[in-house]
Amino acid sequence: MSKTVRLVSENWGKIVPGSVSDYIKVGGFEALKKAIEITPTGVIEELKKSNLMGRGGAAYPTGIKWEQIYVIDKYPKYIVCNADEGEPGTFKDRLLLTEDPLKVIEGIIIAGYTIKAEKAYIYIRGEYPRAQEIMKNAIKNAKEAGFLGDNILGTGFSFDIEVVSGAGAYVCGENSALVESAEGKAGRPRIKPPYIKNVGLFNMPTLVNNVETFAYVPVIIAKGAEEFTKYGTEKSPGTKLISICGNVVNRGVYEIPFGLTMREIIYDIAGGIEGGRELKFVQIGGSSCECMPKELIDTPFCYKELKSKGFSVGSGAILVVDDRTCVVDFIKCITEFFVHESCGKCTPCREGNTQVYNIIKRFTEGKGTEKDIKLLERLSTTMKYASFCGLGQTATNALSSCLKYFREEFIEHTKGICRTNVCKF
Amino acid sequence: MSMKEVIEIIDKYERKPDKLLLILLELQKNSGRNYISEEWAEIVAKELNLPLSRVHDVITFYSMLSSKPRGKYIIQVCKSASCHVRGAENILEIFEEVLGIKVGETTEDGLFTLEATSCIGVCDISPAVKINDDVYGNLTREKVIEIVECYRKGGLKCQKQ
Amino acid sequence: MKEVNLTIDGIKVTVPAGTTILEAAKKVGINIPTLCYHPDQKVKANCRICLVEVKGAKGLSTACSTPVWEGMEVYTNSKLARETRKTVLELILADHPMDCLKCVRNQKCELQKLAEEFNIRKIDFDYVWDELPIDESNPSIVRDRSKCIKCGKCVEVCNEVQSVGALAFANRSHDIIATTAFDRPLKNTVCVYCGQCTLVCPVGAIYEKSDIERVWDALNNPDMHVIVQTAPAVRVSLGEEFGLEPGSIVTGQLVAALKRLGFDKVFDTDFTADLTIVEEGHEFLERLQHNGKLPMITSCSPGWINFIETFYPELLPHLSTCKSPQQMFGALAKTYYANKIGISPERMFVVSIMPCTAKKYESQRPEMYSSGYRDVDAVLTTRELARMLKEAGIDFSKLPSEDFDAPFGITTGAGVIFGATGGVMEAALRTVYEVVTGKELKNLDFEAVRGLKGVKEAEVEINGKKIKVAVANGLSNARKLLDMIKEGKADYQFIEIMACPGGCIGGGGQPFGTTNEMREKRIKAIYDVDKQMPLRKSHENPAIKALYEEFLGHPLGERSHKLLHTHYRARDVK
Repeated sequence: MSKTVRLVSENWGKIVPGSVSDYIKVGGFEALKKAIEITPTGVIEELKKSNLMGRGGAAYPTGIKWEQIYVIDKYPKYIVCNADEGEPGTFKDRLLLTEDPLKVIEGIIIAGYTIKAEKAYIYIRGEYPRAQEIMKNAIKNAKEAGFLGDNILGTGFSFDIEVVSGAGAYVCGENSALVESAEGKAGRPRIKPPYIKNVGLFNMPTLVNNVETFAYVPVIIAKGAEEFTKYGTEKSPGTKLISICGNVVNRGVYEIPFGLTMREIIYDIAGGIEGGRELKFVQIGGSSCECMPKELIDTPFCYKELKSKGFSVGSGAILVVDDRTCVVDFIKCITEFFVHESCGKCTPCREGNTQVYNIIKRFTEGKGTEKDIKLLERLSTTMKYASFCGLGQTATNALSSCLKYFREEFIEHTKGICRTNVCKF
Repeated sequence: MSMKEVIEIIDKYERKPDKLLLILLELQKNSGRNYISEEWAEIVAKELNLPLSRVHDVITFYSMLSSKPRGKYIIQVCKSASCHVRGAENILEIFEEVLGIKVGETTEDGLFTLEATSCIGVCDISPAVKINDDVYGNLTREKVIEIVECYRKGGLKCQKQ
Repeated sequence: MKEVNLTIDGIKVTVPAGTTILEAAKKVGINIPTLCYHPDQKVKANCRICLVEVKGAKGLSTACSTPVWEGMEVYTNSKLARETRKTVLELILADHPMDCLKCVRNQKCELQKLAEEFNIRKIDFDYVWDELPIDESNPSIVRDRSKCIKCGKCVEVCNEVQSVGALAFANRSHDIIATTAFDRPLKNTVCVYCGQCTLVCPVGAIYEKSDIERVWDALNNPDMHVIVQTAPAVRVSLGEEFGLEPGSIVTGQLVAALKRLGFDKVFDTDFTADLTIVEEGHEFLERLQHNGKLPMITSCSPGWINFIETFYPELLPHLSTCKSPQQMFGALAKTYYANKIGISPERMFVVSIMPCTAKKYESQRPEMYSSGYRDVDAVLTTRELARMLKEAGIDFSKLPSEDFDAPFGITTGAGVIFGATGGVMEAALRTVYEVVTGKELKNLDFEAVRGLKGVKEAEVEINGKKIKVAVANGLSNARKLLDMIKEGKADYQFIEIMACPGGCIGGGGQPFGTTNEMREKRIKAIYDVDKQMPLRKSHENPAIKALYEEFLGHPLGERSHKLLHTHYRARDVK
């Protein structure tokens, strides 16, 4: 495990989650004090220097995002912490919330101080009731210790955090759908422009960031951007939490510096394929991302390298799949997910996902045709270019990558052959 | 739960329309049948001054909410990609067999509703299942039988594993 | 105002900042196709039909929601844009019943029009539309949910414009649909049957209940004396169903058409509009002089009546007890008129042509049997009349101009302006002024109460006393005034409320696809007709005078109360 790092995860297993005294003992709230010292512009500078990218999947530069809202002169401003973690294969936020909630809270307080917000909502998915309880308790403790509430640390800055719950909708991970849901409505994404930074929660300027992004803020402010950028690569500095799952020996959440290769991640950190089987592909970034065939696993895990080969960092989910899996059956599972999770608002995603599912199902029943493959490609293009939000735009990424790297398996299915024997004709 | 108790929950959230989702989740939890009846939905709409059609929209939009009565225990088997590659489909079939119902149905004694769900974020112990607020992972046939038995006996301390 | 220069398909265009690609393209004669777009509503961008390619932008952009920027290069017909648009349309068509030949929107459907424009010859996708039962539970509106294309226009008009909230989206993914709470039949919801949803739906998912067959049956029955009355709004809108411009005045042809259909007598609802003014004017004066419930609110819009009965039953005493002109007509037809021509009322069938869907509901209310029989037997919308004329093979363009029959065909300009928002108020003021002061009113045009503005106010001085009036059109504007009354902040004496934006000319029974621009043209035509009329004050109508002399006695008398006035009740929607 020597390839892993402990920056944002340094307190895991060492403290009682939510205990302010424990947290302070390991250096907690020092970043907040530093942030007050260097003032909002200093915080923004440091974040820009660190090149911290949003850790939810969209990877927008955090420093620039905070700056855009800092300059807006309209109040009240709000913060919404995206803890909806719906991307399949992703469970790193769950650990952040349950192992070191105060680190997330500290990051949010620093954000509130920087952009001059008065209230933050942590939107935790309904499937994480334990995390909701732990976070509520941590907030209560932080309030009692004076780190939340009125006149924090004598600065005159008042701030409060509230936990709100999701209720089972992957689309609510999209930032405008998240805001809609936090307003007590169905989580259907909003039209942009206007953007959430200008017209967000209750139509006020709102900062939306992923849990992990907020957790990195105290790390960077306390240790300094220079220290942070010592890890990782030039274009992708620092570390990231990855959640490894699938047919590997060591499933779990690991913090790694950017730049490790996929091979190192799968074989050194995750202990290789379980049962001594062969790797077939690794899906990097969640169900909305591409599948990488084993030939490419020497690609380094970082934004630039993955993008150049047509893959993504995404949420940090890494799903390792062995040769027992039928690619077509796998894509059927992915498509079924998007059919279920589509909000239904726009034509390409609502209709496209259903049509893709119907076709893939035909393939798994041995009734797929070559013409169907052309239809799948046509649907992929339409959904990618015409969908209202990221869900529809990325729903066929996995399919497209599998048509590229595993086309023979699809063609075999048209001839009634499933080489893994998963599909029964 | 009486109408008075329903209103108490709405009052707890200060009758704010943006708390609709939280109110519905709590009402559902206290219903005993994991759902929100039309009657309660009407009370919520009236007290929050929202159209009933909007309350209905929210109930039908979210997977965790139901407008139809379900079992005391909602068994949600994850079928997303990470559980899929570790045999989730098989686990679902085992649950169907052990409970004697098909996915989407409720057992006759009103104890269990079996649902297939999207990723619940416990891929480190897949294949996994969520039963109300508790999660069980690394499932095998034996474990499934054990868990169902435990819930049949009252659902206490089933998390020991 | 900052200006932006861009090129669309190579054509240079300059527009104010904030303009969308869709609007900019229109300026240079490029009509980018749309489906979920409506000029009077918020941009939705959910159908994804209006896709265009913008150089440098990610993917394709929706023209309706993308503001232009300096130097933008738009390609509306690049291979990618055109092919993707077509795929999107095919996807919608694959989720829509192929029912055009039997559909109420055949030839008038936005989806059908796109299919034709996009040159669709085949659909490669599975048909995935769900067969859902049709909701025909109420007398006014039919919902065919299988045809819903999920554009959301009905949801917006019901919630934002009308503040009723009977319709909303429900479910997720492929199951998403615009529907009622718990899919209840409309009659078990707060729906007020205003029919605005039927005007904005682009397809045949929501439309009026048809009474055409019942009217044919009556017309084909030799034993029945079938008479028809027509609302003021119809004469400035019916022409649109035959290709004429909105606001074309077709009164004469309308009468001729009805005669050709076989109606025994063709009468004018404007007559009973005049009657309404005389009754309501006196009712208002009585309240004013004897400390009655003020502000008094008009009661001729049945969608509005349903609204106040549902949402503000505690304010019912404010309503005028006058029936609507349609219902006054029916009651008189089966008593006064039946007697005059010596026909038994049970052999009389009264039809009305209305721009309204709520009037179908109104005509069957239990209070509307004052004659001892159902006072108005059938209500046809403007659209239904057009369908009947086409079915009968009547060439509207070749019809001569004919006149209404007497006695109910003699009318004034005050009656015709009922069709526009503010018209009832203006007509009432013309009469009230002269009745109270005894002087002639020189300027008959109360401009302050005219036009599409949501809430209009005016002040009139009558014999030294200031009368403050308000006019609301569209139910969300009605709500504003009602909330003011509830809070005790409404210092008006008289209020006119019309359920539909623009008043009856914008009613739920008007041609499909009615927009505010069309409403304005129809309103102008209404006031043009008023200006041309020899008589413009209701109390000057000689036929009305004769009616009182021969039959009613005096305004608010016993006969009036029995036949021309009504009462209201709180509406329980279970």
